[in-house]
Amino acid sequence: MRLRDIAHARTGDKGDTSNISVIAYRARDWPLIERTMTAERVARHFGIERADAVSRYALPQLHALNFVLRGFLTGGVTRSLAIDAHGKCLGATLLDIEMEAGGESLPRP
Amino acid sequence: MSEVRTVRIGTGAGFAGDRIAPAVDLAKRGALDFLVFECLAERTIALAQQARLHDPSGGFDRLLERRLRAVLPACHANGTRIVTNMGAANPRAAARRAADVARDLGLRGLRVAAVLGDDVLDRTGDIALDELGATVRELGDRVISANAYTGIRGIVAALDAGADVVVCGRVADPALFVAPLVQTHRWAMDDWDRLGKGTLIGHLLECAAQVTGGYFADPGRKDVPNLAEIGFPIAEVGADGNAVVSKLEGTGGQVTRATCIEQLLYEVHDPAAYMQPDVIADFSQVQFERIGPDRVRVTGGTGRRAPAMLKVSVGYRDGWIGEGQISYAGSGCVARGRLAADLVTARLGPLGDDVLERRSDLIGYDAVSRAVRDPRPDPPEIRMRFAARCRTRAGAHRVAEEVEGLYLCGPSGGGGFTGRTQEVVAIASGYIAAPDVCQTHEMTET
Repeated sequence: MRLRDIAHARTGDKGDTSNISVIAYRARDWPLIERTMTAERVARHFGIERADAVSRYALPQLHALNFVLRGFLTGGVTRSLAIDAHGKCLGATLLDIEMEAGGESLPRP
Repeated sequence: MSEVRTVRIGTGAGFAGDRIAPAVDLAKRGALDFLVFECLAERTIALAQQARLHDPSGGFDRLLERRLRAVLPACHANGTRIVTNMGAANPRAAARRAADVARDLGLRGLRVAAVLGDDVLDRTGDIALDELGATVRELGDRVISANAYTGIRGIVAALDAGADVVVCGRVADPALFVAPLVQTHRWAMDDWDRLGKGTLIGHLLECAAQVTGGYFADPGRKDVPNLAEIGFPIAEVGADGNAVVSKLEGTGGQVTRATCIEQLLYEVHDPAAYMQPDVIADFSQVQFERIGPDRVRVTGGTGRRAPAMLKVSVGYRDGWIGEGQISYAGSGCVARGRLAADLVTARLGPLGDDVLERRSDLIGYDAVSRAVRDPRPDPPEIRMRFAARCRTRAGAHRVAEEVEGLYLCGPSGGGGFTGRTQEVVAIASGYIAAPDVCQTHEMTET
């Protein structure tokens, strides 16, 4: 099971900082997401070595996490050489993270 | 006390290139008190300032005339007032153009206000730009613009003076929405709770369709009905600051808890401290409740005392970017694309002379998801993209030339070259003491 099967995401940018929200479709998947989707896990997924470059904020009443990735946009949209200078595609790649086995089938929002 | 009423506020644009038809629909059928057009991205104002240097009567949004021509008749007929940051680097000229459009449409007695004061270029020399480790003065003649993220005061004053159309430059995006709420509901400037709630509404609405099903669809998982005819959002805001987000009946898209939660966190860092000129908004306890089809009630926003400093966005010239692309297909396309990138690297020569920074991607393979490190099978085709930042325009132009040269002097089977050269207008941020920025407005009547 991938994160994509139980959560959706949206990516935003401000300067050289990207933020990615991860939102559970269903309340019953929130504890798994809340437990396993740590800042360290997200940093590892994106190959970020500096531990303090990723922060995580939780909004439990909305079953949502917000990850903030500082210095991750190669200078930000105005000067980055990247093709996706905003980093808008990042959230979708985060949803490809493999979750623990034993998850349930695809939920519908 | 006047009777407590609900303010109906809608979004007419969420960025400079946004679609116009949904705004016209809102103007005609929305029964709106206010229609807000948010059209300024981080860099837009610096680009507009460059345009103004070429043409002193320019430097504002190039779609201002088309947008206003499309919505003004209905807004005038329905008593809907317009607030926008389409003034960009020249709100005064933009307001003049807006008044001209109104006269041309035969709309008499329309009051158009230009809100001024965000341009702080004349007093930013000592401001430190942390990303660059330099002050604005040290950037010398590379500096193009410096604009403070101003708040609601200028807009509120213009609305109090009876403006039907308010044209601003750089204003914090949510403030475009908070100002009409403050003006109508007579919220106090130190009512941090309501200013926080207003900021929440502004934040949800400022990107237009991003809360009504845009930037959301993922077929099979997040299907959005009739995305082709997506409607823009409306907020019905009570005097207590609580609101219902909806859209017009018959439009495409959807307003659901999921679209609202995604937009709540869009471009937000710490949800408990969303920094604004007039308040530090706190979204950490927000609740969304579905109360009907495409109707979501928003509660739980709050705020605390405004920060002492305002963010200043400084635009500066930062060299040129040259880019070229060429495609490879079939087995071995990844290896051929890599060889192509190596050849361009070698032919451009070492870094530091004219080429300051370079990067190559294989589009369809590693261009946007470099993070996934696992070995991947070759896709059926890739597109090699080479980009470099150069000191000079000629240097940047060479990047595209060397990619084009791959046709005859590169790997086998390269096709479909494209190239471009573009000046880099970069943005860096600093801070200015809030009392050093004073907003005023000028009114024109048609």
